[in-house]
Amino acid sequence: MDFAGSITHLLASGDAPPGLLPAREQMALSLGWHIILACFGVAFPAMIYVVHRRGLVRNDPVALALARRWAKVSAVLFAIGAVSGTVLSFEMGILWPGLMGRFGDVLGLPFAFEGLSFFVEAIFLGIYLYGWDRMPPRRHLAMLIPMAAAGVAGTFFVVSVNAWMNNPTGFRIVDGVVTDVHPWQAMFNDGVWLQFAHMWVGAFMVVGFVVSGVYAAGMLRGRRDAHHRLGFTVPFVFATIAAVTQPLIGHVLGLRVGDTQPAKLAAFELATTTEQPAPLRLGGILIDGKVYGAIDIPKIGSLIARNSFDKPVPGLDTIPLADQPPVNITHLAFQSMVGIGTLLAVAAVMFWVFRWRGRDLLSSRWFLRGSVIAGPLAIIALECGWIATEVGRQPWTVWQVLRTNEAASTSGGLWWSYAAAVVVYLGMTIGAFVVLRSMARRWRAGEEDLPSPYGPAAPVDEEAGR
Amino acid sequence: MSLAVLVAVAMFAGVVLYALFGGADFGSGFYDLTAGGSRRGGELRALIDHSIGPVWEANHVWLIYILVIWWTGFPETFAAVTTTLTLPLALALAGIVLRGASFVFRKYAGSLAQARLFGAVFAGSSLITPFFLGAVAGAVASGRVPAAGNGDQLGSWLHPTSLFGGLIAVGTCAFLAGVFLTADAARSGHSGLAETLRIRTLGVGIATGAIVFAALIPIRQDAPTLSDRLLGSAAPLIVISAMAGLATLVLVHRRHYSPARLGAVAAVASVVIGWGVAQYPWMLVDQVSIQDAAGAPATLQGLLVVVALAGVIVVPALAYLFRLTQSEPWTSG
Repeated sequence: MDFAGSITHLLASGDAPPGLLPAREQMALSLGWHIILACFGVAFPAMIYVVHRRGLVRNDPVALALARRWAKVSAVLFAIGAVSGTVLSFEMGILWPGLMGRFGDVLGLPFAFEGLSFFVEAIFLGIYLYGWDRMPPRRHLAMLIPMAAAGVAGTFFVVSVNAWMNNPTGFRIVDGVVTDVHPWQAMFNDGVWLQFAHMWVGAFMVVGFVVSGVYAAGMLRGRRDAHHRLGFTVPFVFATIAAVTQPLIGHVLGLRVGDTQPAKLAAFELATTTEQPAPLRLGGILIDGKVYGAIDIPKIGSLIARNSFDKPVPGLDTIPLADQPPVNITHLAFQSMVGIGTLLAVAAVMFWVFRWRGRDLLSSRWFLRGSVIAGPLAIIALECGWIATEVGRQPWTVWQVLRTNEAASTSGGLWWSYAAAVVVYLGMTIGAFVVLRSMARRWRAGEEDLPSPYGPAAPVDEEAGR
Repeated sequence: MSLAVLVAVAMFAGVVLYALFGGADFGSGFYDLTAGGSRRGGELRALIDHSIGPVWEANHVWLIYILVIWWTGFPETFAAVTTTLTLPLALALAGIVLRGASFVFRKYAGSLAQARLFGAVFAGSSLITPFFLGAVAGAVASGRVPAAGNGDQLGSWLHPTSLFGGLIAVGTCAFLAGVFLTADAARSGHSGLAETLRIRTLGVGIATGAIVFAALIPIRQDAPTLSDRLLGSAAPLIVISAMAGLATLVLVHRRHYSPARLGAVAAVASVVIGWGVAQYPWMLVDQVSIQDAAGAPATLQGLLVVVALAGVIVVPALAYLFRLTQSEPWTSG
């Protein structure tokens, strides 16, 4: 199957309802967009805690100023993350009534807990943001702890739903009717802990590399003060720990895929036939059943997928065509994730090794340039990871229980909804970009408090604007 | 009370709380929209920013709470509503997204021009969301959502009950917000602003009351099941709402803003609870009862665990947040 062929396969698997393609597109857009912001909700409070605490304990004005700025950035990101999360909860019903109508009471409980976590996070964010100069400093700092904890819990619960889609359990189907529902068993399904760990650590990679990249960009422009050094170092430490841990978690998670979803593993590895031992196939594309352009490294495929030098990796030939995922998308997304993850881990370790040996890479323009692009790269790896696991599960929404074309809406009007979503998300992206950039500009100009243009100073601003 | 009804009550409690807290938030958009130019409206907009800034995000979560309990506890009716009322739900959603994003964008905007643009989007979208959520409620309450879903995409909500539902939602939100903002303005020493808000709130209150009672006539024709019970078992609540609304108007008129807040909350809460009582025992009126709509018993029990946890974790935290926002250091500056 060539690339176009696999797209057609993705679109027209069997008797696809008219809502299938727009539902997929809209879900991919809104989830792909939301997940970046969700990472900030999960990982940023912990980083803010570290700098804020340092500011208080060491009486360090640089760290305190940094915490204040990060709090303001997190206000913007959290707000648009909250609304894009709300979009997803509407979309669960609008786009996937076949999933929610039949399985809502099986998969719903973790969503309810996620709602609870989000509530806690929203409340304490409100307290934290408005608490500056209005609360006793220690108590104010403590408000970050429930926020960070809620972020962790929320990740667990929301990933639990996805893990259930990959490892459905907690119900039986008798004569086509879902029965014998055990929601707790569904929530704590076999796949949940590893998937959670993978996503949680991934969030720290994304936020750590993005934030440190911002300060690396500042250093490239010659701003090498304590503010920039601290702004780089704290998130970079988080990112390093996450980047080094992630390959281990990913490896263990990958080992499970061979047992639970062999079709996904075959697509990851681009294994057309079962080979023993299987090679590691780097790159490559599947056209009409043949692999082109791949570099094979003998035996390593078995090692990575099965933790052994000679165990076989089952190939696509063992899976009926109707149950195969779009192979090329899955394979390339998976390998991009692994490749970028490895690169980031190596680069981060290199920084600390050099530093331990007395050389500071922050004086290297090349390292700083690399740090700037590490953020976008981490985001790409995150998105690729989701594409790999979601597309790799196709044609199933719930693995071997519910096909995606049974889950999707039958409504023909969803293209309009998708078009509107594209416009709204584009607008939100531009809005966030403009606002964050003008915040940074005003900070550089020495305006720390960012008076709201509608605040008490508004008439003065207006005069000045004329 | 059966497990299903308990969960439905817990979900409906979320509806009432969203109508009150979220309603007061959304309603502030009306005053923001009508505040005037950036110089004249600056004081009022700063007040709105200050009043809802710390709480809007938490208030918004009630909606997520409702949706999650709905699809977990009563999954098939959730799918029926989302497939039938896709359009008003999508429009309400667009309002939520635009409003939340532009509120925070305005707060941190880099220039007055940017702030004006984001402010206009914020204020405008604050009206869209309650209107369409009210229309959705009207469609469900008038029995136009078929149990199997995929009902009439337009006819299900383009009728008097839904349209009045939308108008009532917009009106009650604006009324609540007006009473609270007036009290905030008076408390923080903006007496001129409080006076302006007082006049507007009185106007909004009278208009909203008129709409609520005018709506009873077309709803009689349009949604007989609902109106039979609105004028039957729910009638005491409608009367309480009317009296509380009138009392609020009198209190606002006499500048007793603090007790007026209680009156406004009572008026809105009792009209919303009245709708709930009138709709009982239906999940989708004339189509599916709460009992028949319920999902697996084990899941309903699980949901009650979540509700209990929310009572233990969220309610005290929320109370702490609201207490802080009313405290001296938070009110000044």
